[in-house]
Amino acid sequence: MNDLKAQIIEQLNLQEVTPENIGNDQPLFSKEGLGLDSIDALELIVLLQQHYNIRITNPDDGPKIFHSVRSMAEYISANQTIQA
Amino acid sequence: MNSELAHITGSVIISQNKVYKDGELIWEHDPKAEISVFMRAAYDQFSGQYPKFHKMDALSKLGWLAAEVLVKDSDIATCKPEEVGLLLSNRSSSLDTDVRYFETVKEFASPALFVYTLPNIVMGEISIRHGFKGENTFFVSDSFDADLMSNYASQLMATTSLKRCLVGWVEVMEQQYEVTMFLIGDKAHGLAQPLTAKALTSLYHNK
Repeated sequence: MNDLKAQIIEQLNLQEVTPENIGNDQPLFSKEGLGLDSIDALELIVLLQQHYNIRITNPDDGPKIFHSVRSMAEYISANQTIQA
Repeated sequence: MNSELAHITGSVIISQNKVYKDGELIWEHDPKAEISVFMRAAYDQFSGQYPKFHKMDALSKLGWLAAEVLVKDSDIATCKPEEVGLLLSNRSSSLDTDVRYFETVKEFASPALFVYTLPNIVMGEISIRHGFKGENTFFVSDSFDADLMSNYASQLMATTSLKRCLVGWVEVMEQQYEVTMFLIGDKAHGLAQPLTAKALTSLYHNK
């Protein structure tokens, strides 16, 4: 998950955040968490396409997939397994 | 038309990796540093604790930095949100970011860049930072039009609820940039002088 955290930091240009600052289960979009916004959500979708060749076909799945780094990692693992 | 209600109460100039406030050099960085390095150093010097800065494009960063310096130690906080407006201008509009965005379109269009492909976004970033909700307008012209800016700002001060207005020129294209921002107020104090095209021109060239 540390690689994924580093990719998120680079994709979203979070210059004052390190992978160690991001908890595995920390909410990505709440003020108590990383405080990401709707543009960041679009960038995370681009990240999945660029790095993992995964396209999100159902927008309703977004909040569940992007809840935390752990939920993103689980979604990536599940979809990469299916693709293999 | 220049209203007697409008006065130039402060100025900030950012040019050649130097920052001037009210005509005095207050900070300078390595003159050979690239613009991105300079802007990060200026952010660390004058602000910090505002992570969204790093996501902004160069135009927004420069305007945001100028406003940060201009507003500090001013009485702007005594005004209601709708009493503070912005009137900015430049030569290249958002072309610097438009080109960068176009480069990403060939592979994955960047949402983060797309939102900065309008020149007036810089005024939104400044307004969000300071809670300004007054009138705002962005003009594109070949050079700083002191007549237009002084007349337009005077009209805004005379005919709307504005009591303060940030007026200026925020230009950037690749490594070349030039920022001049004035604080216009409805009361004269300190080194204030009446808002006229001549006064704006004189201060604009004072770098």
